[in-house]
Amino acid sequence: MSYWSRHAIFEKNSIVLVIGILIVIAIGGLVEIVPLFYLKNTIEKVDGVRPYTPLELAGRNIYVREGCYLCHSQMIRPLRDEVERYGHYSLAAESMYDKPFQWGSKRTGPDLARIGGKYSDDWHRDHLKDPRSVVPGSIMPDYSWLAQTDLDFSHIAQDLKAQALLGVPYTEDMIAKAGADVVAQATNDNPDAADLIKRYPKSNARDFDGDPGRITEADALIAYLQMLGTQVDFKLYDDKVNIR
Amino acid sequence: MANTLASRKIMTIGEGGTAITLVALAVLSIIVAAKAYTPEYAFHAYLFAAASIAAVFAIINRFYERPVETPLVTADGKPNYNMGPVKFASVAAVIWGVAGFTVGLIIALQLAFPALNLDLPWTTFGRLRPLHTSAVIFAFGGNVLIATSMYVVQRTCRARMAGEIAPWFVVLGYNFFIVIAGTGYLLGITQSKEYAEPEWYSDLFLTVVWVTYFLIYLGTIMRRTEPHIYVANWFYLAFIVTIAVLHLGNNASVPVSLYSPKSYIVWSGVQDAMVQWWYGHNAVGFFLTAGFLGIMYYFIPKRADRPVYSYRLSIIHFWSLIFLYIWAGPHHLHYTALPDWAQTLGMTFSVMLWMPSWGGMINGIMTLSGAWDKLRTDPVLRMMVVSVAFYGMATFEGPLMSIKIVNSLSHYTDWTIGHVHSGALGWVGYISFGALYCLVPWLWNRQLYSLKLVDWHFWISTIGIVLYVSAMWVSGIMQGVMWRSYTSLGFLEYSFVETVEAMHVFYVVRALGGLLFLTGALLMAWNLWKTVTSAASAEPAGLRLAPAE
Repeated sequence: MSYWSRHAIFEKNSIVLVIGILIVIAIGGLVEIVPLFYLKNTIEKVDGVRPYTPLELAGRNIYVREGCYLCHSQMIRPLRDEVERYGHYSLAAESMYDKPFQWGSKRTGPDLARIGGKYSDDWHRDHLKDPRSVVPGSIMPDYSWLAQTDLDFSHIAQDLKAQALLGVPYTEDMIAKAGADVVAQATNDNPDAADLIKRYPKSNARDFDGDPGRITEADALIAYLQMLGTQVDFKLYDDKVNIR
Repeated sequence: MANTLASRKIMTIGEGGTAITLVALAVLSIIVAAKAYTPEYAFHAYLFAAASIAAVFAIINRFYERPVETPLVTADGKPNYNMGPVKFASVAAVIWGVAGFTVGLIIALQLAFPALNLDLPWTTFGRLRPLHTSAVIFAFGGNVLIATSMYVVQRTCRARMAGEIAPWFVVLGYNFFIVIAGTGYLLGITQSKEYAEPEWYSDLFLTVVWVTYFLIYLGTIMRRTEPHIYVANWFYLAFIVTIAVLHLGNNASVPVSLYSPKSYIVWSGVQDAMVQWWYGHNAVGFFLTAGFLGIMYYFIPKRADRPVYSYRLSIIHFWSLIFLYIWAGPHHLHYTALPDWAQTLGMTFSVMLWMPSWGGMINGIMTLSGAWDKLRTDPVLRMMVVSVAFYGMATFEGPLMSIKIVNSLSHYTDWTIGHVHSGALGWVGYISFGALYCLVPWLWNRQLYSLKLVDWHFWISTIGIVLYVSAMWVSGIMQGVMWRSYTSLGFLEYSFVETVEAMHVFYVVRALGGLLFLTGALLMAWNLWKTVTSAASAEPAGLRLAPAE
């Protein structure tokens, strides 16, 4: 019997064919995905990476909702021009609490992995309202309604709770104070801000959108943008430690 | 008395069970709508409720109107094919295709002229882009796959499709999923995983639809009266099974609440990236490739009236393609924070994938052996053969771009967009158009209204594809080179926005290419509409006698 005729077993038994397909397609995925969960050098050991504050998380959810990732990557590759243009190449550790990841696949606009602190809040506010007012050649859409829409954070504690369930280290304290933390972070000179910064080191607490009277979606989005890439202190980061 | 009892009409388990389940879904949806956290989610819940109630009425109505006996599996010794759902999916494919191409044209124009974003939440590029990709891949492509697979499995197994309510549930449920997904994007409901944007509740619903699709497909194969399972069905089956696995793996998430559209994905960061591109690349490999290869293996031999070139090549093609494809995902993550070993594996397997891809291309094109003259006389066949040629081109370019050093230039640029569209417009688009030009006359038992219009469709859209792809090659490579170019003093030569401004003219050319492609699709829609509404042909299609040689 030639080898070719042995293939008949797949052609004559639908269940055998389905099982054969399942085995053949399982191998590649298992080999590539499973080790990422147990190989210790997948995610670098590094100080400073913390979960998002409730306001930053709300801002991140707006970033996701508006599909920003379709034009902006958050992944600086270790190539000379990228490191000079955007900053230190991205570490896996920097997105370890990202659900889902926002590395992106296209740069119609520039990379945003280290946008935090590069521009003022005012610049971001103007840029979101009318990108061409600050970057004449930009082709980004206007997002003027963000500064006019109140942020809905009535259920933000539930968001933290869901993430905690999935392993993001939100404490019960953080979850209980989630709503208050949004207010504390988005207003100027809030007495609770010091407490917030204790829970979320290096977080920025101020009115972000130039409209102190209310907390808008622009507040949340700018708070998120202003923290991107600022958690790890690269003056202290030793990349040799993570080479094995 | 006994006689009337025996012939009393009784609801089948399929009819009754589906109706009861849908009533439960409607009740649940109304509760969710009442307590929903956002108006957008409430709107979706009401859509679910309305669709469920409408489906229950349709089932009851169908029950009262149908004869006592459910349709026979065979009639007069021939299989009693069930082509209603196939017809529905074919029509849906044409409509979604035109809609998806139109949205593509709009977003292409938005990149050239940003004022077209209209400063409204619902019309920005960020919300319309997933609408475009989902409309063309899942709405257009998906309906073509469902229509052709349900047709091919019945014909090649010589058996009526399994289930009576189930096939309708699959086509209607799938299209309802498309509506939920599409309106969701416009309203800002997305989980931001490319080509898997719909949120948890749409994903759950799609899972039920997809498992039903799989069971119908398998059930039909099990009913077959032919000893062998035809090669097209291997590919369709691999497509259905693998998409189910990928969908479940990539969409594993925890909703914030039953009353919230928002969910968080189980994976995070680097692992999420790997899972996403394991899914994303195999949405290409199994949805846009394996499924459409099923079309190639049925429609090209049928239309050319020639057997498949090589049976052995089919076997090698099938197993090596599905084995190698699943490894290729990491080439979307070159030079990222994904560990190097995974990137290298992804690159290696992507390069190897060139071989089965071209094996399949050879098998498709060489099927025309002895019938090459038909390329001149039959524009439908020409469209399908050119589609396989585009397949060969795109599957050569893909491995090339997966080589890390090439990818360092091409990644993040329009080159990727050009590559995707040479595959999507050339391969997936043309093989689908060819299949629809075959299928619609067969299903409605008509002659195709105009072959001349097919000719026009072919040439207009071919020019469109050439414009599109070459514009993206130029802009992509130019962009990549501009990003990395240095002045003689060692400074970066261009600011980012200068590279954006340089793209403008190519974005205009690309939009023109898209307009031509859309024009071709409109010609097809008109042609197929005239075909369906013309008088039935006297002789059944496909049974014409061969001319004397």
